Amino acid sequence: MGGGHGRFATGCTLILLAAVALMAGVKNEYVFFASYVVLQFIVLASAWNILGGYAGYVNFGSSAFFALGAYTALFTIKAFDAPLLVQIVVAAAVTALLGLGIGLLSLRLRGIFFSIATVAMAIILETVITNTDYLGGAKGVQMTRPAVTAPFGSYIEMLFFVMLVMTLVAVALARYVENSWIGRGLRAIRDNEEAAECVGVPTLKLKLIATVISGALMGAAGAPMPMYLSFIEPFSAFSLNYSVSALAMPIIGGTASWVGPVIGAILLGSVQQIVTVTISSELNVLIVGVLLVFFVVAAPDGILGLFKKLRGTPRSGGA
Amino acid sequence: MALELKVDALSASYGAVRALEGVSISVREGEAVALLGTNGNGKSTLMKCLTGLVTPRAGSITLTIDGTAHNLIGKGPQEIVELGVAMVAEGRRLFPRLTVEENLFLGAYRPAARASLAKNLEFCYATFPVLKERRRQLAGSMSGGQQQMVAIARALMSAPRLLLVDEPSVGLSPLLVSQTIEKIGELNRKHGMTVLMAEQNFHQTVKIAHRGYVLVHGEIAFESRDVAELENNEVVKNLYLGAS
Repeated sequence: MGGGHGRFATGCTLILLAAVALMAGVKNEYVFFASYVVLQFIVLASAWNILGGYAGYVNFGSSAFFALGAYTALFTIKAFDAPLLVQIVVAAAVTALLGLGIGLLSLRLRGIFFSIATVAMAIILETVITNTDYLGGAKGVQMTRPAVTAPFGSYIEMLFFVMLVMTLVAVALARYVENSWIGRGLRAIRDNEEAAECVGVPTLKLKLIATVISGALMGAAGAPMPMYLSFIEPFSAFSLNYSVSALAMPIIGGTASWVGPVIGAILLGSVQQIVTVTISSELNVLIVGVLLVFFVVAAPDGILGLFKKLRGTPRSGGA
Repeated sequence: MALELKVDALSASYGAVRALEGVSISVREGEAVALLGTNGNGKSTLMKCLTGLVTPRAGSITLTIDGTAHNLIGKGPQEIVELGVAMVAEGRRLFPRLTVEENLFLGAYRPAARASLAKNLEFCYATFPVLKERRRQLAGSMSGGQQQMVAIARALMSAPRLLLVDEPSVGLSPLLVSQTIEKIGELNRKHGMTVLMAEQNFHQTVKIAHRGYVLVHGEIAFESRDVAELENNEVVKNLYLGAS
């Protein structure tokens, strides 16, 4: 375990150094635009997996958390002219509360009913935002980016770096949860919630921990979006694409471990970026759908599961 | 007396269906007490009341530990586990897609048990050596008898003061039934584990029990002070031995 932690920390440091080198060397802003999106999906997928992969509660309303994060950031900009860091922290706090809400929902709703409730929540939130004039209503809000802060070459470089740091935090959190007693309890909940309750696993507390962490990370991922696009409107912020991707990426990568969502997000996120540039952006969702169906049928344990099968090691905690 | 479970005039029902009516039993430290009765007479309901899964309609359940009395009614399953009561549920209720070892770890979720995890794990593996060999296997892929071992071992992982066992014989072959019940008896004799076991299998149960209760239609039909009394009782004979 100790060696694993060391290697993980070294890996994170190397990635940060590589990012700094990239920012110093590459002048083409598209690289950062595209990488930002992939990183954002790693955060979303890792966050989704903490609840959906470990605990087995399928959140189909990830877009609600993402968009609430974005709109909370917009609110802090309009109301207090808050800097980026404050936007992210406040957005994470607000979506953590929403996470607590759906965590309490899981007391009464399980399986497919829980998922339906999360979809309903996304629709309600979108309606509320669409009818809130202060946040731009259905028209949306156009924004001008503030001047860029010192070490960064451009605003998009800064957003890229911030999203990278958030990604490392999200992945480290997911990894911590997975290897701790929290993850052990969540896996028990996924396998047999009644039995977990009976052997003394504090099921409600663990589910609330999972929904709060998951919600906060999704909200944090959405917070820089208004500045990334310089524009925000409800229809695209609440896009079903976020909900589907957040769920498809871990399933394709493998839900048993924190590595799965990372692999799935990098793979799917990159493919989506390439397709958007070369063919059309409408094809994105189709590709996600086709890949999802393929993996659910052919490799239900995702890419990680395939690797394990090839190496012939027995699954432990596989979905 | 360091440990005593006292159930007094307990009644429970599922909607309009009465499952228990004025049941009183007691279990003292170091005892192995049998709860006998055929299907549908309320054994499992009583066990579920004891573990907080069913809330009784009337009566009291008191667990006295080292001089402190705890009222178990209204407490949830986790709180009751925290007090040191572990249950081996009917039908085992394992985590089938987790490994044997993960199943055992989960039995030790309460903080007090986590502290002595290594020691308890060693004890479980010493009691059931086959579980050590198969610790990386998924629990759901094991045979019925081995799954029952996992269920008992998981309960032991919480370092319980009182072990409740509900119908350990369900779904097992006759040989495995006697082996499983003998293991429970061994835990009681060798390690001083206090045991309350609900079981239909009279002949196997009397081998390990000190005394017992017979439940008929949700009421205690007979209470024995020792095993001999159980074996010679008319109610028991009618229920089990075919005499009329």
